[in-house]
Amino acid sequence: MSAHNENQPGEPDLNDPKLSRFEVYREGLRRDGIEIIHYEPRFGRPGTGAEKRMERIVGGMFLGAGLFATLFVAAYIFWPWEYEGAATLSDPETWYTPILGITLGLSLLLFAFGVLTWAKKLLPVEELVQDRHDGGSARDDRRIAESTVDTVADDMGLKRRPFLVKAALLGAAPLGLAAVAPLGGLIKDPGDMLTVTGWNAERYNDGNPVRLMLKDGAMVRPDMVSVGGQITVFPAIEAGASNEYPTAPALLIHLREQDAATLRENLYPMYQDVDALWGNFVAYSKICTHVGCPASLYEQQSQRLLCPCHQSQFNVVDNAAPIFGPATRHLPMLPLDVEDGYFIATSDFLVPPGPAYWNRPSLPEEDEQ
Amino acid sequence: MKRRKGTSQSMMTKAGGELDDRFKLAGPTRVLMNKVFPDHWSFLLGEIALFSFVLLLLTGTFLALFFDPSMAHVTYEGSYVPLQGVGMSKAYESTLDISFEVRGGLIMRQMHHWATLLFMASILVHMMRIFFTGAFRAPRETNWLIGILLFWLGFFEGFIGYSLPDDGLSGTGLRIAEGMTESLPFLGPWVSAALFGGQFPGDEVIARFYIIHVFLLPLALLALITIHIGLVFAQKHTQWPGPGRTEHNVVGFRMFPNYVMKQVGFMLVVWGVVAAMAGLFQINPVWLFGPYEASVVSSASQPDFYVMYLDGLIRLFPAWELRIPPYFTLPGVFWPGIVAMGLSVLLPLAYPAIERRFTKDRAHHNLLQRPRDFPARTGVGVMVIVFWVIGVVSGGNDVFAQAFNISLNAMTWAGRIGIVVLPIVAYYLTYRICLGLQQHDREILAHGLETGVLMRDPEGRFYEVHQPLAEPDEHGHTDLEYSGAPVPKKMNRVGALPPAEKGFFKSVESSDDDRRDELEAGR
Repeated sequence: MSAHNENQPGEPDLNDPKLSRFEVYREGLRRDGIEIIHYEPRFGRPGTGAEKRMERIVGGMFLGAGLFATLFVAAYIFWPWEYEGAATLSDPETWYTPILGITLGLSLLLFAFGVLTWAKKLLPVEELVQDRHDGGSARDDRRIAESTVDTVADDMGLKRRPFLVKAALLGAAPLGLAAVAPLGGLIKDPGDMLTVTGWNAERYNDGNPVRLMLKDGAMVRPDMVSVGGQITVFPAIEAGASNEYPTAPALLIHLREQDAATLRENLYPMYQDVDALWGNFVAYSKICTHVGCPASLYEQQSQRLLCPCHQSQFNVVDNAAPIFGPATRHLPMLPLDVEDGYFIATSDFLVPPGPAYWNRPSLPEEDEQ
Repeated sequence: MKRRKGTSQSMMTKAGGELDDRFKLAGPTRVLMNKVFPDHWSFLLGEIALFSFVLLLLTGTFLALFFDPSMAHVTYEGSYVPLQGVGMSKAYESTLDISFEVRGGLIMRQMHHWATLLFMASILVHMMRIFFTGAFRAPRETNWLIGILLFWLGFFEGFIGYSLPDDGLSGTGLRIAEGMTESLPFLGPWVSAALFGGQFPGDEVIARFYIIHVFLLPLALLALITIHIGLVFAQKHTQWPGPGRTEHNVVGFRMFPNYVMKQVGFMLVVWGVVAAMAGLFQINPVWLFGPYEASVVSSASQPDFYVMYLDGLIRLFPAWELRIPPYFTLPGVFWPGIVAMGLSVLLPLAYPAIERRFTKDRAHHNLLQRPRDFPARTGVGVMVIVFWVIGVVSGGNDVFAQAFNISLNAMTWAGRIGIVVLPIVAYYLTYRICLGLQQHDREILAHGLETGVLMRDPEGRFYEVHQPLAEPDEHGHTDLEYSGAPVPKKMNRVGALPPAEKGFFKSVESSDDDRRDELEAGR
């Protein structure tokens, strides 16, 4: 390393045996463009009481961390943890998770504060300044890089062989397509999944009208809902109450006499045509027409259905038309009848239930809204 | 066995030599250990996200050992009595098992969830620091873009993660996401069918989300985080203006030992806090929600906080649906759901370019700006915060309405009006406050600090004595240039009042004592 023998002013000779360790170290800083502004031991005299005290504190924290980590492991292994039904504060298993959290947390925090105290209270007080060398490379480097890239491009003949470049691009594009093409396995024709529900007799019940059932499978009779009451009903088909038919759930409401009269006055023509009510009973799709949560909070006094997700409100005595919130369409009505004492749906919903989509058929009744 | 000779010192030297022979490490090691970092508490906000992310990888791996991402139907027969005999998916069952049957499973689940919230919250706060101080300006625009992408990857990673248990609450969230997907013009039903393998909820989405949650997004996050930190390292951290600090240097302390020790300590603090929270504070008690059923929901259905502003926007958006009969509908939720989310991604990404278009400032900036020194940017930032907060509050408007006995509809209307009006008001107020603060800085630089000492001159007028910050001219004015650094505003900032006695229980001697003596001696 002949260059280093010709020392510049201020540059120490690293072969000088008299050089102290710190001087060698500072030479390293100098080579990294770092200058010490301020550097002094935290404690003026090493081994003072204050320093010893700080060491004891830090050491204590580390040992405490070890203690709590041990407690954590011990609690993890030995503390009764198995859940055995509702527990009270005096049952030990109630405290399993809190004890794990406290011991692990304290262990980590004590170790953390040990390290931080070491850094803040025992390390030398220092302030250094380093050159930033912001901005791009040196001009020479840029020029060399440019020439290198150009030479490589020239060697490949990228400019001289335009045909090859175009052919490569034309070949690579379908290859890229081929890489993503297998994702096509995900694509599925939505078909009529957004329009047909479990109430469709032709599809799911051999053409026989679908009965209404409760979640537990019991068929629904008119006497099961008292005046002013409501229940959630599902199509009485195989797995009709499961998530296989997510747009089927409906809310069957037994209206009071005057409310039923109001509803009959307001009834949309399409529901009049199919005689959608049965007596004072009406059934609305439970799936909100906004984004599909169950609009299931029934306010009996104001005759409103409220969707708890985004607070759309629907007027039960006016075709469940939206009267507040972000929903824009009424909850479709399930045309009802009673056969052999049990409720049946005379058809599927007349308009698709649930959230809208671009080609959702829209009906004149809705456009009037 | 022959005993090795030599001290541990010489053994280290020997080991170092062996390593250097093979890997040529001496130079890079020195450069790394000597690197100077500027010091300020606000530079550590992003670190919280980094440390939470590491914790998320650790706790997530534990959870993956026990979680079964399957929507196969099973009947619960575990030890949680209220759900025994209830039909549910395997995913939900295994989540219940992690909570009840796996030793220490509950605390791991809760650590994972708390760490997620901390991850997202610290990204937001870190982003605010970067924004308000102008740290995104050249040459750091790339890292701003990566940061925004990290937020959104975290957003989807979090949403997908809390959808995995397939409980009643997360299923409702998924339903809303599906409704938003359906609203996409022309593509909606197809995208939804592709995502859910047919009709929502189907029996595939959990398995798909699982691989995205545990592989694709963590990989993307890890890669971007690595680049993010690598760029901070390579471009060197920004610093606050101050004595001796220029655009061309970094003033601070060395990476080793100072910076690294503080980082390790801070990491353990973050982990310790999360562990303690996970042990003491319940989060996402999925067993209370039951399995997801399309017909069941309860009030107070809120997503995690970082999704809430979007939910709030969806709640506030009026019932506007575009219909072109017979066959085109643009559902209302398209605007607050898809468009607002898209803008929330794009506008922050574009912000550095937008600002540069106005300022025409293409220079490199390594010194940070105080928010007051760029009132328009600060105003825009506060505007966004106000908009976001109103969105978040509206995302829980049913809870607020119930807790404070306010009409739900009044809450919605307050949100609708507030989200349009208040951000504008906030911008104006912020702008004025920034100008006022600037004015005050200049005032102190010109006239000095208020001392609180009132004097009466021979004519009987009262005046307050000002302490100039430099030698004043004959009118008592000082001609000091504002440098972008904080201006002292109180006498004790210029050393008039040294700190009172230190120590919690008893006073501790400190090196300040000498200075205090000097000051009291009248220096």
